[in-house]
Amino acid sequence: MGTRTIIPFGPQHPVLPEPVHLDLVMEDETVVQAIPQIGFIHRGLEKLVQKRDYMQFVYVAERICGICAFGHSYGYCQTVEGLMGIEIPPRAEYLRVIWHELSRIHSHILWLGLAADGFGFEALFMHCWRLREKVLDIFERTTGGRVIFSACNVGGTVFDISDEDLKGIVEILDGLKAEYGELANTFLKDSSVRSRLVGVGVLTKEQAYALSACGPTARGSGLAHDIRTLGYGAYADLAAFEPITRESGDCFARAEVRALEVLQSIEIIRELVGKMPAGEVMLKVKGAPEAGAQVFSRIEQPRGECYYYAKGNGTKYLERFRIRTPTMANIPGMVTALAGCQLADVPMIVLTIDPCISCTER
Amino acid sequence: MGSFKLGGMTTRSLFKKSECQMYPVNVREPFERTKGHVSNDIEACILCGICEKKCPCEAIAVNKAEKTWTIDVYRCIQCRACVLACPKDCLTMETTYSAPATAKGLVTVAKAEAAPAPEAAPAPEAAG
Repeated sequence: MGTRTIIPFGPQHPVLPEPVHLDLVMEDETVVQAIPQIGFIHRGLEKLVQKRDYMQFVYVAERICGICAFGHSYGYCQTVEGLMGIEIPPRAEYLRVIWHELSRIHSHILWLGLAADGFGFEALFMHCWRLREKVLDIFERTTGGRVIFSACNVGGTVFDISDEDLKGIVEILDGLKAEYGELANTFLKDSSVRSRLVGVGVLTKEQAYALSACGPTARGSGLAHDIRTLGYGAYADLAAFEPITRESGDCFARAEVRALEVLQSIEIIRELVGKMPAGEVMLKVKGAPEAGAQVFSRIEQPRGECYYYAKGNGTKYLERFRIRTPTMANIPGMVTALAGCQLADVPMIVLTIDPCISCTER
Repeated sequence: MGSFKLGGMTTRSLFKKSECQMYPVNVREPFERTKGHVSNDIEACILCGICEKKCPCEAIAVNKAEKTWTIDVYRCIQCRACVLACPKDCLTMETTYSAPATAKGLVTVAKAEAAPAPEAAPAPEAAG
């Protein structure tokens, strides 16, 4: 056994958009063990549920994360509606899923750019983010915000999108698809990209299952696990939905799953726009969750399965609100994949679980 | 497999118009729903205080005695909760952002018949 050294990785590191710390136990250039540490950006947002009423907390919930902001407001509203027994109008369900899938597209394209930046492909990074701007423009046109929309509220959605605008969104996405195809082709077929990703950071199917991995990390290891298949909300009306999976479990498989999910999301939006029901988008909500009422709810965020738990106490302030975020579930898988890798591959392995530390620590 | 898969897109972008704009020389036209800043048509306002109660970040203060409506633009998160709750529709979400300022301050608007309230600091004016 050679001499072991510990290299600190993060919390400030060029490839990390958010702070996570890893102690890398090294033998020469090989990582023997990675010891993670989180807790740098804990903001106590779950506790704030006792200080803000359940309608005000929507705006706090969507500030949990800067990328899956809409997902968190969607998940929170779905939970509170479950707590109060509210059934929202079908058009609002459709609009929520359309915005959520657009968020997935923007999150995945953002991640592809970050990954390209991580392995030093600057031009690919720039093109990915240029394309993402088109999705952000759709958000700004339909909700007024680029990242934080304030479009989802308990009882439905604040805004409606006219049928003409919905058709316009599909047209924009069709234009984006052509350009995105070229980017995805680079990601999946360019030899310089493949040489950095193929065979790196393997997480086997058994390991992914045992370590409760979720989202593209699990699907890249061959686990067909996707909450969208359970048919929450408007997902129930999809004609067919099969999660995209890859068997190899390496960094390339995880990148491939994300790259293909963008196209899948475009198809979901196209299908839902075609089936869009007419009617109201917002119900007037009165009253408060009953004392002792508890609800578990889950949605598929861009990074994976996200659990929400809420408990009422008879007032308009919730007793307890808890979130289990996908990155929390993926950190054990990341640490396992890091063991045995080369130091130069550490940034790529950390990036391919798409860590969102703001969500994780809240 | 192969190399230079991005070559075509990168070469084309050399001959295309720049995606970026020379801000602030060229300011992009805001969208209809863009969240800029909240303004109050004080003459229509009945100073009911619903906006103050709905605001999740305690940015709005309504003073019925002095007939003033005050917003702290640096606390406001442009969530539209006040605009949606306003019974007289006197609050509007303007599409222009608040201008940068050298000091944090409050923006106070007062009813015409009331004496204007003193402002805590120089009020930032809307940009654009």
